Amino acid sequence: MGRTAGHVLAGLALALALPLGTSAGLAKAKDEKTAPASAWNENPYPSTYRAYPGEPVAIVGATVFDGAGGRIDNGTVLVADGKVQAIGDAALAVPATYRRIDGTGKFVTPGVIDIHSHLGVYPSPGVDAHQDGNEMTSPTTPQVWAEHSVWPQDPGFSRALANGGVTTLQILPGSANLIGGRSVVLKNVPSRTVQGMKFPDAPYGMKMACGENPKRVYGAKGQMPSTRMGNFAVDRQTWIKAAEYKRKRDAGKLEERDLGMETLADVLAGKILVQNHCYRADEMAFVIDMAREFGYKVSAFHHAVEAYKIGDLLKQNDICAAVWADWWGFKMEAFDGIPENAALLQDAGVCVIIHSDDDYGIQRLNQEAAKAQGDGRRIGIAIPDEQVVRWFTLNPAKALGIDAKTGSLAAGKMGDVVLWNGNPLSVYARPEKVWVDGALLYDALDPKRRPVSDFELGLPGEGDVK
Amino acid sequence: MIARRIRRGAVALLAATVAMPALAQTQAPADWAIVNARVAVGDGSAPIENGVVVARGGKIVAAGAGVAVPAGVRVIDAGGKWVTPGLVIAVTDLGLVDVGAVSESNDDDADKAVFNAALDVSVAIDPDAPPVAVSRTGGVTRAAVAPVAGNAIFAGQGAVIDLAATADPVTHARAFQYVELGERGASLAGGSRVAAQALLRNALREARELERRAGLSAPGVAGGDPRMVSSVQGQATDTLLTRFDAAALVPVVTGRQPLYVHVDRAADIRATLALKREFPALRLVVVGAAEGWRVAGELAAARVPVIATALTDLPGRFETLAATQSNVGRMKKAGVKVAIGNFYDGEQPRYAPQYAGNLVGVARVPGATGLTWGEALAAITSVPAEIIGEGDHFGSLTPGRAADVVVWDGDPLEVTSGVVAVYVDGVAQSLVNHQTRLRDRYRHPQEGSLPKAYQ
Repeated sequence: MGRTAGHVLAGLALALALPLGTSAGLAKAKDEKTAPASAWNENPYPSTYRAYPGEPVAIVGATVFDGAGGRIDNGTVLVADGKVQAIGDAALAVPATYRRIDGTGKFVTPGVIDIHSHLGVYPSPGVDAHQDGNEMTSPTTPQVWAEHSVWPQDPGFSRALANGGVTTLQILPGSANLIGGRSVVLKNVPSRTVQGMKFPDAPYGMKMACGENPKRVYGAKGQMPSTRMGNFAVDRQTWIKAAEYKRKRDAGKLEERDLGMETLADVLAGKILVQNHCYRADEMAFVIDMAREFGYKVSAFHHAVEAYKIGDLLKQNDICAAVWADWWGFKMEAFDGIPENAALLQDAGVCVIIHSDDDYGIQRLNQEAAKAQGDGRRIGIAIPDEQVVRWFTLNPAKALGIDAKTGSLAAGKMGDVVLWNGNPLSVYARPEKVWVDGALLYDALDPKRRPVSDFELGLPGEGDVK
Repeated sequence: MIARRIRRGAVALLAATVAMPALAQTQAPADWAIVNARVAVGDGSAPIENGVVVARGGKIVAAGAGVAVPAGVRVIDAGGKWVTPGLVIAVTDLGLVDVGAVSESNDDDADKAVFNAALDVSVAIDPDAPPVAVSRTGGVTRAAVAPVAGNAIFAGQGAVIDLAATADPVTHARAFQYVELGERGASLAGGSRVAAQALLRNALREARELERRAGLSAPGVAGGDPRMVSSVQGQATDTLLTRFDAAALVPVVTGRQPLYVHVDRAADIRATLALKREFPALRLVVVGAAEGWRVAGELAAARVPVIATALTDLPGRFETLAATQSNVGRMKKAGVKVAIGNFYDGEQPRYAPQYAGNLVGVARVPGATGLTWGEALAAITSVPAEIIGEGDHFGSLTPGRAADVVVWDGDPLEVTSGVVAVYVDGVAQSLVNHQTRLRDRYRHPQEGSLPKAYQ
C-alpha cells in the first residue's frame, strides 16, 4: 500500500498552508509562480491497483469480437503477462507454455465497460446510510470526488462481473446537481480500498446534468435553479469563475487554491472529461454551444434519449451518445425515447455507447445492445454483431479516455477478456470466464472463482449462485 | 382524425411486415388460421414446428402441428415466424400512469387519500395512456393492474384488463385486494412489521364482524360491490377502518376476493402463510418473494402461488439478502406456481420476454436453477393468467381461450426479436404508438422543405 491516511492528510495540509507563506515582494512573486504547482498534489489518492497473477492462456476456436468492429471466426486470443499478446485466426501459433481453452461454440469479447454506474456510491443494500451519490447541498459541487463515496464492498460489483462481464466502470456522482463532481474509473476487482480498484492513470471525469433533476431538487428548496434557464445561468456563471481561476492559475497568480475551481480549470485545460447527463435534443444543443462559449468539450452525453433527433450535431462535434436501449416514459424528458435511438445514431455515424445507470442494467449491457440492434434491423438498419459489441467495449473506453489501454482485443492492451458461453448478443448467453488484466477473476465452472463481498458473509444467500 | 390516421398507419405497417393486409383491416373478431408458424402454446410445452393456429369468433379452436385449416377462414402464412399467446402481465400499473414522474398523470398511489382498501383502480384505467399502446406493441394483451400502497398497508383493489384498443378495457373489476407487508408495509403501518401485522389482522377482523352484522355475504349481495351496501345495523365501537374500507375487505376475509400480499423475506412469507390459521378462507397470492426459494416447500404445501420479480439478485434491502436469479427456478422445481411479474413505471411490461429468456440462460450456468424455454414462456402467459384466475379465459393457445395471439419475427424470448402482429380476442391490433410515430419521423434525420413538424 505504502500510503496511509496520515500521509494524505499531511499532503493536503501542506498544500493549504502554502498561500500563507507567499506574501509580497519580487522574490516571493517568483516563488508564487512555481510553488503552488509543485506543491499542490494533483493525485492525492493514487491508484494502488496492481494486476492479479494470471497464467498465459490461449482461447482457441471461439468467435472473437475484437471490440473495434472486427470479427474472427474460429479465432485465437493469446493473453499473458496481463496483456493481450495477439489475436488471430486458427493459424495463429499457440506457444507451448500457454494453457489452451477450448472456445468452440463460444464467443470472446473485450471486457465490458459501463460508462455510467453508481455502484459503490448507491450500493446495496440501498438504505439511507448508503445514500452517498448526490451531494445535494448546492447546485454545483465540483469539489466533491465520487471515489470518496464508493463502498468497495457493494455486492453489485460482483454481479456486474459475473452476469455482465464488466471489467471497467465509471462511477459518477448523481444528477441532482448541475455540476456533480468528479467521477472515478474503476477496474472491477474486489479490493479493500477504492484506490485498489482505481484504473491506473485514467483521466478523471466531471459529471454535469441538464434538465429536470437539478431544477427540481433546488427549485423545491426555493433556490436557484428552479427552471431550465436557471440551470444555464448557474452553469455559465460558474464557468465564468472557472475561466478566471484558470487564467490566474496559468499566470501563477492564484491567491488561494479552490478545490472545486481546480476541477473546473482542469476541464477547461482538457485534462478532465465532461460526462453530461442530458436527455433532450434542444438542451444538448445548448450545452454544445455553452461548451464552445467557455472552451471545453463534452466527452459524452449520457441518457441521451433524444440524441436520434440531432445525430448530425453530435457527429459534427465528436460527442458520444451514451444511451439505454429502450428506457422510456418514466419522466417528462424521457417521453420521446425510442428503442431505435442507438441504431439511428449508428446510422448517422455517431459514437454510440450503451450505458446502465442501474445496478441491474449493468448486468446486461450486452443484452441491451442486442435489443437496440434488433430494433434497428426492423427499420432497415442492419448493424453487424461485431459493430454492436463496440457499443459496450471500445466506444465507452474512448469516451473515458482509456481506449489506448482497454476496450478492444489488440496486442499490448490490458488483458480484459470475457469468454461467453454463447453469442453475447443473445439473451441466453452468460460469461463463462472473465479475466481482468490477465487474471481469471470469474469462472462459472469453478465455484472458487466467484467473489463474495464482505457484506454478504454469514448472511442468507452467501455464496449462492447469483 | 388522429385515430383514423393511426389506424391507417397500422395497416401500412402490418402490410409491410407480415403481408396480411386483409386481416389487418379486420376490426371485429374474425375466423382465421395462421399457418406455417413456429407455434408455442404457452402451457409449458416446447415450440411446435410448422404449426397452425385456428381462431373462430375470437376464440382459439386449435393450435399445433397437423391441424386442418377449416374451409372459409382467412389463411395467413406466417412464413416460419413464431406465434405465441399474448403476454399476460401480473401485476402492473398499466392504464394508471401516463408519465411516472408527472404526478398529475400518475394514479398509482393515493398517498393523501382517506380510503385505502376501498380504492378501486377499475374506475381510473385509461386505455389511451401511452404505456398501454407501447405495451401492446410489445406483445402484451392482458394485465392485472394493481395500485401502489400510498399511506396505508392496503393499496386497494386491482382489476384485470385487456390491451385491445377499445374504450372499455376492464374485464374484471375488483379482482383482488393488494396489501403491503414487509419493509414497506412496516413503514406504512407505523414503523414495524409488528404494527403491520396488527393492522392487517384488525382490519380482517373488522371486515368479518361487519359481514356478520350486516349480512354482506347474503345471497344477492355476493355479486355486487359490498362497499355499496348500506347498513343500519349496529356498528362496533372500536372500529379503526372507515366503513367503506371495512366493507371492501369483506370479500377478502370470506375468500371471494384473493388477497395479494407483497413480501420478499422468507420470514415475512411464513408470517403471511400463517394468516390462514386465523382467517382460513383467505385466498393468498404472494407478490415479490425475492427469498421465496428458502420457503418454497411451504409455499407449495399451502398451494399459494407467487408473482415473482424475475431477476432480483442483489441484497437491495435487508429483506432481500438471499435474492438470487435461481429463485424462480427453485420455487418452480419445488412445486410452486410461479409467474414473472411486477412491472411498474420504468419496468416496462414489454421487458417480460427478456426476463423470461434470462431464466432460460440462467439454467445453463452450472449450479444455478432456471426454467426450460417452455416453462419460461408459460411464466409470462398461462401461469400469470391462472394465478389471476383467468386461466380458462386467456393465456394459452388452448381451445376455448381468447384468441390473444402475437406473431414475432424470431424467438420471442430473444432480445433481438420483435413483434410483428398482435391480436386480442381475434382482432388485429394497431401497432402504432408515440414511439413508432417518432421513429418514422426521424428515420431520415435531415429536414425536408418543411420542418419535421409537418412530416
